[in-house]
Amino acid sequence: MLRDVSFQLERGENIGILGRNGAGKSTLIRLMSGAERPTSGRIIRGMSVSWPLAFGGAFQSHLTGLDNLKFVCRIYGVDYRPIVPFVEEFTELGIYFREPVMRYSSGMMTRLAFALSMAIEFDCFLIDEAMVVGDVRFHERCHVELFHKRKDRAFILVTHDANVIRLYCKKASVLHEGKLLQFPSVDAAYDFYQATMVAHPEPVEL
Amino acid sequence: METTPATSLLRSLTIQLRVIHALLMREIITRFGRENLGVLWFVGEPMLFTLGVATLWTLIRQHSESSIPIVAFAVTGYSSVLMWRNSANRSSSAIAQNTQLLFHRNVRVIDVLLTRILVEVCGATASFVALASLFTYVGWMPYPDDLLGVLLGWVMLAWFGASLALLIGAGTAFSDLVERLWHPLAYILFPISGAAFMVAWLPTGLQKVVLLLPMVHGIEMLREGYFGDVVQTHYSVAYMATCNLVMSLLGLYLLRQAGRRVEF
Repeated sequence: MLRDVSFQLERGENIGILGRNGAGKSTLIRLMSGAERPTSGRIIRGMSVSWPLAFGGAFQSHLTGLDNLKFVCRIYGVDYRPIVPFVEEFTELGIYFREPVMRYSSGMMTRLAFALSMAIEFDCFLIDEAMVVGDVRFHERCHVELFHKRKDRAFILVTHDANVIRLYCKKASVLHEGKLLQFPSVDAAYDFYQATMVAHPEPVEL
Repeated sequence: METTPATSLLRSLTIQLRVIHALLMREIITRFGRENLGVLWFVGEPMLFTLGVATLWTLIRQHSESSIPIVAFAVTGYSSVLMWRNSANRSSSAIAQNTQLLFHRNVRVIDVLLTRILVEVCGATASFVALASLFTYVGWMPYPDDLLGVLLGWVMLAWFGASLALLIGAGTAFSDLVERLWHPLAYILFPISGAAFMVAWLPTGLQKVVLLLPMVHGIEMLREGYFGDVVQTHYSVAYMATCNLVMSLLGLYLLRQAGRRVEF
């Protein structure tokens, strides 16, 4: 599906990747996070890379929010205790933090997933924007956490929304027909992306 | 393929132990919960099974002509079966139930499987020790004649269980057929696995056939350690060790291939 993709990201740089549905964005994210291995080529990671942000699938629903936090921290060798106040404050779960996740609403799960993603201080964050669902206020808080408090980190932002890319990234690329095409500016990338959209209209997403 | 600066073996080991610890905590709380007995169930469940079987066999009194107390016979036999059968059963669903975890780069399929094997082996061991102690205290079981022999048998059986679990667990990533075939196979293996009889009781021709199964050797070892000269045993440590080794290597190899094929 992806045929010839290569790029390099330095510490603190942000890169945006635009792509239509089916262009291979999710595959690219999985390759970068290490969840999948490439069939050819190499991925060299000189800094710690996060898992796809806001991915809530790794929850174990019998465990409480706190248990899931401890689990994630143990996997990455981080002490969970100093992080608890941040997670409690960000998720606003109250007593539900110590209740099994299966009792959470979907909004609560999203908030928890995001908070857990922030719990580990990665050098590079992978963001698949399509996964971040929630109301406007939640989006704003996520943006503050990511792009303001952690703006010294590297971001790989994979999204449809060019405005976000324009705000936070200096470079942008388009994933098109299995190749990653680089552009000198975000606008150039966006223009190309728009052009391909018009040529092959895709169904409206809600 | 990744080319990161090669991490030393020690560092990789530290990371892996940390990951297994995290997975272990998660697994235990998920499976046993926090209600009623909670984590104690991991010993309680095998104990209940073994108690049930011991009661049944005592009532049936199949082996009234043998000089081995029936309870001891049941506990040694059934605990062994529990260990390898449970390990394999739990591992058959291990990868499928935990694919989402593989998003974390440090978590690999082998960690998931090793965690499950660890839980089952420890549970079966704890149950065996608990029941043996209880019945010895009450007087329904003798003290082990040769503790080291018992240990050897148990360790060989645990190794067998672990290798089997690796093979089956890895197999499920390749085809659903593995899981479907395993369940009837496990069912058939139980009566011929040596738990319910001593090899010496069988006609010579049948003995040779039954001794093709590695776990039979393990149970014979265990019982010789436990009952000493009272029983006549047939086993070969070399044969069982070879089988275990081949199975382990094959299982590890398959697992590595499976890790590359997992989709989620």
